[in-house]
Amino acid sequence: MSTLSTLNTRDLIINVPGRPDGFALNMSIEPGQIWGVLGPNGAGKTTLLHTLAGLLPARRGQVQLNSRPLTALKRRDIARQLGLVFQERQDSFPATVLETALIGRHPWLSPWDSEQGEDQRRAEQALTTLDVNHLSDRLLNTLSGGERQRVAIATLMTQNPDILLLDEPTNHLDLHHQVKVMNLLRDQAGAGKTVFMCLHDLNLAARWCTHILLLYTNGDACWGPAKNMLEPAALERLYNQKLITVEADGAPVFVPVSF
Amino acid sequence: MTRSLLGLGMLALASMAFALALGSVTVSPADLWQVIQGEGSTLHRTLLLDLRLPRTLAAFGTGGLLAVAGALMQVLLRNPLADPYVLGLSGGAAVGALLAMLMGMGTLIISGSAFAGAMLATVLVFGLAHGTGSWTPSRLLLTGVVVAAGWGAVITLMLAITPSYKLPGMLYWLMGDVSYARSPWPAVVVLAVSVVVIMPLARNLNVLARGPMQAAALGVSVRPLEWTIYVLASLLTATAVTTAGSIGFVGLIVPHMLRLILGNDQRIILPASALAGGTLLVLADTLARTMIAPEQLPVGVITALLGVPTFLYLLHRSR
Repeated sequence: MSTLSTLNTRDLIINVPGRPDGFALNMSIEPGQIWGVLGPNGAGKTTLLHTLAGLLPARRGQVQLNSRPLTALKRRDIARQLGLVFQERQDSFPATVLETALIGRHPWLSPWDSEQGEDQRRAEQALTTLDVNHLSDRLLNTLSGGERQRVAIATLMTQNPDILLLDEPTNHLDLHHQVKVMNLLRDQAGAGKTVFMCLHDLNLAARWCTHILLLYTNGDACWGPAKNMLEPAALERLYNQKLITVEADGAPVFVPVSF
Repeated sequence: MTRSLLGLGMLALASMAFALALGSVTVSPADLWQVIQGEGSTLHRTLLLDLRLPRTLAAFGTGGLLAVAGALMQVLLRNPLADPYVLGLSGGAAVGALLAMLMGMGTLIISGSAFAGAMLATVLVFGLAHGTGSWTPSRLLLTGVVVAAGWGAVITLMLAITPSYKLPGMLYWLMGDVSYARSPWPAVVVLAVSVVVIMPLARNLNVLARGPMQAAALGVSVRPLEWTIYVLASLLTATAVTTAGSIGFVGLIVPHMLRLILGNDQRIILPASALAGGTLLVLADTLARTMIAPEQLPVGVITALLGVPTFLYLLHRSR
């Protein structure tokens, strides 16, 4: 790891079908930062994440990886610097947990290479970090949703890119593993990586994110350091939901009002 | 894993030796060995090298081509049901071949026409499924199945209007017939070249099996890869049906049988499909020409009779 990667958006309008352009994104996502994207269903969180990874074309503007537009880079070079955990995953063919983690090494191997002991070691280490190494010979489709989610994160750890994009990484996870995954991501950022994730849980965002992006259904957006962004009034407008704010364990806790 | 490939290679050689030795004149293993070493009697040499060897190689090449084509299409469509037969490629080839037969053309024209039919069917299915942009596996499969049904109707229509003395040749072509092969070399060479070409892409295919988005996120250029597989699979199918008519089933069952035993690493599955598909068809063809000799059975019937119980057993036994 020589130089760490920075992700920029230049006047980016993501392509959410049937929606007016809204507010152009000019973000600079830098090493060490943990970004949380908050927004109601259909606000375009997943679309944004896929656009940042170069998997979907932008409607306008561009995404830059180390000041170079993503569209000018080879997929393989992108995959060495930027990885993504999807919210939905296909498993058409049966595969074991270890095989799944090992495909994270794909961008690092040349066509004729096969995975060596070193690759195996990285995959096993990632599986151990996520508490799923004991399942390594199990078929993926026999695991619970939370276990599968941890395998997906372990695959990203095996890929070991500088920029980690995650689409609701705490989906299906029990409380203990939610905390564990968020701490793991904080450690990654501490080591100079960049974390950018969509979240539905305001309280996880409040405790672990350094930066927040609020995405509104109409295409409006605002972003900045977490402490400036987590204003109850702004969040209430975002979700169209009244909130009660209390403080616990040194961070604000937002509780929806039940009427 | 290399051990399983080695085992399949040995099995392939054994099946070929079996195919060479068996027939109207049975050749003993000792005589067979002598011929392999370049000795032996003239009769045995002619029988083995000029008559049985080309047919055995043609059977091996065809079986390998169909199995590899099936394995590729299953990954491309991420659907275990995909194979050249189901997608209507064999149907297109059959219509091409039958049309040439109906017009009383020679074998060369029949082969060319079958090849053209297979390529036309591929372009038709993939072109229609592409439509206005979305190229989803389920849409592709559905288009293939419907187009295949269309070819089936055309084939029935052609058989209905064919003078009866021409029917046996056509029916044999439809059921698959290795004795039709003019030369084994197109099949064997295309099989060997395509396996060499596909091996560096095999890990890409493993990633593609996880879905195109995941593959792209892991550094695979998905569109170019999909087109490569598609063109290659069509070429393999067209070569196979041109060599030995329409033999269903090998492309569907051989890759699945191997996946049940060996897992789903394409670096193993693709060469293993080539070997196992070839072996299956060599054995089937040997049985087809010896069981009620001197009469011959259509080889497609034997592949099904051998394949169905084996496949069902493996599927039943699997997790």
